[in-house]
Amino acid sequence: MKLRFVRALGLFSMELGIYSFGDSGTVPTRQRLADLVAQARYADEAGLDVIALGEHHRPDFTLSAPEIVLAAISSVTDRIRLSTGVTVLSTADPVRVYQQFATLDQLSGGRAEIIAGRGAFTESFPLFGYDLRSYDLLFEEKLKLLLQIAAESPVTWQGRTRPPLENAEVTPRALQEPLPIWVGVGGTPQSAVRAGRLGAPMFVAIFTDPAPARGLVELYHRAAAGAGHDPATLRVASGGHMFVGRTSQGARDAFYPYYSEYLSLLPQFSGGMPREVYDQWIRAGLLVGSPQEVIDKIMRHRELLGISRYVGQFDVGGMPSGMIDKSLELFATEVAPVIRKETS
Amino acid sequence: MSSPRVAVLGAGKVGTVLARLAVAAGRPTAIAGSGDPSALGLIVDVLAPGAVPMTAADAAGQADIVLVAVPLARLDSVPASALRGKIVIDVMNYWPPVDGVLPLWESATPSSSEIVRDVLGVDVVKSFNHMGYHELDAWTRPSGDPDRRALAVAGDDPAAVEVVAELVDAMGFDPVLLAPLSAGRVLQPGSSDIFGANLTRAELLSTLDNLGVAPAAACP
Repeated sequence: MKLRFVRALGLFSMELGIYSFGDSGTVPTRQRLADLVAQARYADEAGLDVIALGEHHRPDFTLSAPEIVLAAISSVTDRIRLSTGVTVLSTADPVRVYQQFATLDQLSGGRAEIIAGRGAFTESFPLFGYDLRSYDLLFEEKLKLLLQIAAESPVTWQGRTRPPLENAEVTPRALQEPLPIWVGVGGTPQSAVRAGRLGAPMFVAIFTDPAPARGLVELYHRAAAGAGHDPATLRVASGGHMFVGRTSQGARDAFYPYYSEYLSLLPQFSGGMPREVYDQWIRAGLLVGSPQEVIDKIMRHRELLGISRYVGQFDVGGMPSGMIDKSLELFATEVAPVIRKETS
Repeated sequence: MSSPRVAVLGAGKVGTVLARLAVAAGRPTAIAGSGDPSALGLIVDVLAPGAVPMTAADAAGQADIVLVAVPLARLDSVPASALRGKIVIDVMNYWPPVDGVLPLWESATPSSSEIVRDVLGVDVVKSFNHMGYHELDAWTRPSGDPDRRALAVAGDDPAAVEVVAELVDAMGFDPVLLAPLSAGRVLQPGSSDIFGANLTRAELLSTLDNLGVAPAAACP
């Protein structure tokens, strides 16, 4: 297994990028979206490879329709790839998702990507009238349908989660052939197996120590090999929360109150995250620190998991935009170039 | 007497870690997912080698101790009849942002494990629920290690609680016994500072003390 990782490492140099759910904090939505578009524009100019916008349906996040914001970003950027992170496919219609991203792909000159996932939270199920007991079936069927639509049109399909399609033309077609569709994995082993079986690239969310995700990556590669997919075409990306500061201690101290507030959405931190747990997470792998510290941590993901892309959630917890901009600048100018050089 | 046989129902993030720890503790371990056991072969091979994939009914039927680790929304898929006469451990938590709002668990009863008990129609012991699956995986330590973390074990039947405590210890954690089952409410998300805190035995005892919850007398 290890040999295959090493081989994979030689195949792809590293891409670096950012992702966001548009955490709102106290900033009005209009301002937050404008900031996000400006930050994406900066990321493009500074040479980052990808921006991914995720989907939540909660008042603490501004992004429930990331494809709309990606379209706005496409019109002010030239090079950066435009991805979701994730599209909650279980509660969406794969036909509509494909049309939206094929349109974005045409608008952006072939820069659109989808990360399809089941979502960390499940608030979209009652919102769109889906039954959580069908959680697995919905994702399994819809992912297969989305991949089929990306591969061919007209489409003939029948299943249990959506009305059948009979020789249906799904238009427009994406500029890229095919539109890149990643599978987002949060830790569930069956999700890694599914991604491998389908031969789709896999995105893994990792917040602290990357070592436990080795099992997921091994499952992914073995499932892909078992299904006959060429290992040379398989890609793994990872991503998690990130804050870069000038100095290690300065970054930790500055980011802590925002991170503690952000993680209070988790039941174990409903009263805030204890500082000693925060420091423990940073020691384990959370990407908070000086540029060199963040470089080392991303390289550890690459060594352990064979990733060829890392995306950091760069605007966590309603930080003031000046603080976000500074961290983003350090990532783009002092982290990304070093990693690119080390891995090219 | 040979080691009690363990079955883990649920082969997701939590179930695969529990199966791995049970195998490492030298317990004969079966694991069941939601579908055909043959689909589990690769997952078990990579994440819990040594565990045996089975259907849920077979896994529970041949076991002495059954750990239930399925999404609460699918608790009705657990073969309750195969649990009779077994020691059943509820490792689950109710947290609406992930589980969805489930009316049954929204009712104002003392602990989610009592609802699990009523749905399954068997006595349950509450344990393994207040540490995350990554933490369970990372914090196993031999008995006597000063860093060893504690897991509370709450139940109505002292004999069942003793058996679960022995398994907790064998899997690398200090058991702290609570009685009755409803006392396990303090282990749930949002009820106290215990959930997700990864405490040592001394820390857990002191937190319980602050909450006015006394450990059961048999606590080692």
